[in-house]
Amino acid sequence: MMESKQNGALLQVRDLHTWFELRKFGFLRIGFVRAVDGVSFDLEEGEAFAIVGESGCGKSTLARTVLGLYKPTKGEVRFQGRSLPELGKRYHSQVGYVQQDPYGALPPFMSVKRILEEPLIINKALPPKEARLARIEEVLEEVRLIPVKDIIGKFPHMLSGGQQQRVVIARATILKPKLIVADEPVSMLDASVRVEILKLLRELQEAHQLGVIYITHDLSTIRYFSERIFVMYAAKFVEKAKVRELIHNPLHPYTRALLEALPDPEPENAETFRNVPPGEPPSLVRPPEGCRFHPRCTQAIKELCDQQVPPEFEPEPEHFVSCWLYRDGQGS
Amino acid sequence: MSNDILLKVEDLRLYFRTTKGVLRAVDGVSFELARDRAMVIVGESGCGKTSLARALLRLLPRNVHTYTGRVHLDGTEIMALGEEQFRRQVRWVKMSFVPQAAMNALNPVVRVGDQVADPLLIHNHVKSKKEAMGRVEEALRLVGVPLDFMTRYAFELSGGMRQRVIIAMALVTSPVLVILDEPTSALDVLTQANIMNSLKKIRKELALTYILITHDIATSSELANESMVMYAGQVAERSHAGGFYKTPFHPYSKMLMASVPTLREDKELAFIPGKPPSLIDPPEGCRFAPRCPERFSKCDQDPPAVTLEDGRVVKCWLYAGKAR
Repeated sequence: MMESKQNGALLQVRDLHTWFELRKFGFLRIGFVRAVDGVSFDLEEGEAFAIVGESGCGKSTLARTVLGLYKPTKGEVRFQGRSLPELGKRYHSQVGYVQQDPYGALPPFMSVKRILEEPLIINKALPPKEARLARIEEVLEEVRLIPVKDIIGKFPHMLSGGQQQRVVIARATILKPKLIVADEPVSMLDASVRVEILKLLRELQEAHQLGVIYITHDLSTIRYFSERIFVMYAAKFVEKAKVRELIHNPLHPYTRALLEALPDPEPENAETFRNVPPGEPPSLVRPPEGCRFHPRCTQAIKELCDQQVPPEFEPEPEHFVSCWLYRDGQGS
Repeated sequence: MSNDILLKVEDLRLYFRTTKGVLRAVDGVSFELARDRAMVIVGESGCGKTSLARALLRLLPRNVHTYTGRVHLDGTEIMALGEEQFRRQVRWVKMSFVPQAAMNALNPVVRVGDQVADPLLIHNHVKSKKEAMGRVEEALRLVGVPLDFMTRYAFELSGGMRQRVIIAMALVTSPVLVILDEPTSALDVLTQANIMNSLKKIRKELALTYILITHDIATSSELANESMVMYAGQVAERSHAGGFYKTPFHPYSKMLMASVPTLREDKELAFIPGKPPSLIDPPEGCRFAPRCPERFSKCDQDPPAVTLEDGRVVKCWLYAGKAR
């Protein structure tokens, strides 16, 4: 296991597998989609980390499994030292979920007040109506939907995308959770609003010492947000490191390709081609043998990468990579 | 830079009738684009980028209120053409379009190959189906789609492949100008980089002219020779790519650039406070003034589009005295 701190962690995920069964005609079992396939990590209280990967790599499934919305096929999620089945329903009031598409996540027929009151009613927090209203106003101010009086009676379609996402964040934090899972919270928003929302999340995280799992495909926003970063490819983590370390010294060929593919806004870009591997991520029903990146990897070692699954190496302190290139314990 | 102007747009306006009033989606846009260049149009959503593309192609919805201006394409004034002439001579013949969310733009019950052949058959480019299929193969090869995909259906293709098919559909009739509306916004980073590479290669090979519409500034730099920043239906700034990415002039362009997260250099990200004005009843004077940190008394009046020394056009009072 990568971390030794077993007790202090807010969230411990151990060897997590979430597979979905594929059936034909409703009863013939024809295989599994291995959406999450052996993932482990620890999240400390008040820590923010990011999971980055392409669509279909299983990052949203991981998020939903951590949230307790999917049952893991194997492995377990422990929150404050207790497993999810043990915690039962109480767990849901301890975690907040910020969805990708704010408009889709908000019920169109409920006013902002009603949307925010719902979790309080369901969890029987703050029984008197006045206390609930006070909390709603407090949260709305915190996510800076001001003046609160103007916003509270509105319906989702009357708000802009950025405002909608603020309502989603308000809803996720209204029960004062310890953990927030933000699944691509800004990818549906306009570029100029994105930064605002990320800064808001960051402020909330620092103010309330929240643990945050930030899931994204966009590497360029991560450094404004989290300390550690996990790169996910085809249902597994391939590299784990501090953000700065990962950006300046990426080790896994996939991470290198991801960074290469991301342009900074420079006019010279128009004259050059990007050196990115062709092809697409593999099917998760029948993932490739050995390293899952080997069919696209330019540095693949014959008869090793295509046969044996690479274990996690630590070529540099606190920088983990699952790649055979580092089997001697040093960089290539 | 050559002076061979392919597209010249003057004072193009496209207003829509809505229940709340007249919406000025494109409000007096003028620009020139030389042959064999690529221009990016950037701006926040709702600034009229897509409406501009639709106005150029005359793909209009029914609630059009005003549609005026002059558009010269390859020496022809295309706004003067009748609908049938426009269809025969311009749309998909000289100018084609890659729509937004192309993932869902393909017909699910038509095979990919037949679908790419559609523009050829509809616009009477070919004599036989066989000839059409030959051209389709050529187009698919160009964008990097394996030829055995021709007999597949759209849902059997990945997002990146579908996007390539849509690009092939825009190229199959050999147009001179291709308008790409957010061609990669829904795709993964690696796929996006791959498609950008293909687009660059195709442009060099076929000497095409591109107009790329996007809100993703970092990715837009991949194709841009020229850039145009739109705000609230108008052109805020127009310049060479170097000018825009290195030293933007208009306060809006400056703030837009400051809000772009960069990977390799440390910078404090800024954001633009407030939100764009409604296009139904836009404010008098400069439309950016309510959000502008550099506003002064003159901004209550509509700023002129000032042409500066390096050919840059800025619609801002700050540069009014510095005209060429």
